[in-house]
Amino acid sequence: MLTLTSDEQAMLDGSQGKAKQKAMELLVRYAEALGAERFVDTTNVAGVPGQSSVFLERHYRDARSGGTGRDAIFSLFDLDSDEVVAVPPFATSSCHLQGGYDPENWQLLGATAEAAQAMRVSETYAVEHDVRILKTCTPYLAGNVPKFGEHCAWMESSAVVYCNSVLGARTNTEGRESTSAAMLTGKIPDFGLHRDEHRRGTHLIEVDVAIESLMDWGMLGYFVGGAVDEGIPVLTGGFGRPDLVRHKHFGAAAASSGAVEMYHLVGVTPEAASESAAFGGRSSVERLRYGPEERRRTYADLNANARDSNVDYVMLGCPHAALEQIEEACRLLEGRKISANCRLWIFTSRAVKQMADRAGYTRIVRDAGGHVLTDTCSAIGRALPPGTKVAALDSAKQVHYLPAIMGIEAWFGSTADCIDAALTARWRGELR
Amino acid sequence: MSGAKVVLRGRKVVGGVAEGEALVTRDPISGWGGVDPMRGTIIETRHELRGQTFKDKVLVFPGAKGSSGWSVAFHTARLAGTAPRALVFNEMTTKVALGAVVMRVPAVTDLDRDPLDVIETGDWVKVDADAGTVEVTKARR
Repeated sequence: MLTLTSDEQAMLDGSQGKAKQKAMELLVRYAEALGAERFVDTTNVAGVPGQSSVFLERHYRDARSGGTGRDAIFSLFDLDSDEVVAVPPFATSSCHLQGGYDPENWQLLGATAEAAQAMRVSETYAVEHDVRILKTCTPYLAGNVPKFGEHCAWMESSAVVYCNSVLGARTNTEGRESTSAAMLTGKIPDFGLHRDEHRRGTHLIEVDVAIESLMDWGMLGYFVGGAVDEGIPVLTGGFGRPDLVRHKHFGAAAASSGAVEMYHLVGVTPEAASESAAFGGRSSVERLRYGPEERRRTYADLNANARDSNVDYVMLGCPHAALEQIEEACRLLEGRKISANCRLWIFTSRAVKQMADRAGYTRIVRDAGGHVLTDTCSAIGRALPPGTKVAALDSAKQVHYLPAIMGIEAWFGSTADCIDAALTARWRGELR
Repeated sequence: MSGAKVVLRGRKVVGGVAEGEALVTRDPISGWGGVDPMRGTIIETRHELRGQTFKDKVLVFPGAKGSSGWSVAFHTARLAGTAPRALVFNEMTTKVALGAVVMRVPAVTDLDRDPLDVIETGDWVKVDADAGTVEVTKARR
């Protein structure tokens, strides 16, 4: 049975305005669907509020709901309201995740003028509602780093798993409608990872092979996600202290092959000082091993869709590249030229792009024939260079999604394998 | 078995009554990147239902996985007219709860028997979410 506090009831009654009422109605439907008993107050929301698209513009224009006003998409889609309501600025600290197109390179990304215009309008709308425009799947690399224990309401599965596991803040994988409603109300259902008892490990993964490179961490994450589905894996064994980028790729992969929203690395992540702390006294449901054979199988799985060794597109930056990843690409590219038969796009946040510009990295990539792009990626933006048939990727997550979404082949390997492919238009990667 | 009826009892997720032909999978379903909402089809590369449509079906599945765009994918399917008629699933998560809410179709979970054991693709299924019941009429095979 869902119980509401007096301020939640007041919002639901409409005494704080129509928009908060519609937001609270949606949150109540959602909490009841979950079987949640209460809400928590959230102080950090990451979503895609009011983001328009050509489909939504046309749909609501044609619909009898008469949804053409400025608040139409936020009201009708984000709040799932049957009427358009006046939407005030958001009281809760809010940021905008990835979406739309790089504002400086939308034509390169293949966007139509209509789509680019829809994006500009929705960005202005978000700014006017006090949403910080980070335009990235890595808000934690662009100034939004939640505190330990902070209740958040985040979308973006790779950011959610980072938020819970690495930072020790608390969020479920929220969706667009729930985050938009939370931006207005500061409320999110008290369910799942907001509660101590749901943050404990469910599976023990004994890592029995050295895990060092970014590629190793991506493969391990992909294996773990497939093995535990929505469980919370606890990893022990052959890994050191992974850096931010390795956490980013591990979590993103685990959240793609499975539904992992939190993991514990014993001795590394903040809620896993020891194996018993990670399990919180619970004996593990299942024990699994990740050794050389599992590693080989995972590599084969990730490359199962690729046949043609002629590569015409290399994409880096899934999740969005950290500055050190662009730096690494530059080290491999400097003074060389990308093959005339291949394209190289590196995706990152606007914040990191600024740093890359200042550091001269963007110029090095451009001189080699590539592009550093923001706001989106090939999967989110459905954006490929014209004629792309075979891609090379250093992200297990992107390999999971891109072939399915765009109907192309994709190779998975190290960043160096991918840059080599960009220079030669040939895939020569292998498991080392 | 043909024409036999089985009734499962569970918990309402989203209220309402609907019926249709079952589409059953043991693979969890990805929303964004796993389905094409414009055509109402599963597109995930290694999914056992790849290429099949859920439009107007009663979708019977273990639960949701993948991107946080789950609700947006199925919300868009509703607007595009390709949504399933009802949902029957096992594993409650924020993704599937929010998706069911904005799809506005009857949905039930926590059933007294595993629906994946009882229901097969092609069976006729009536979901009365308000009563928490799933009535299965076995297809003639």
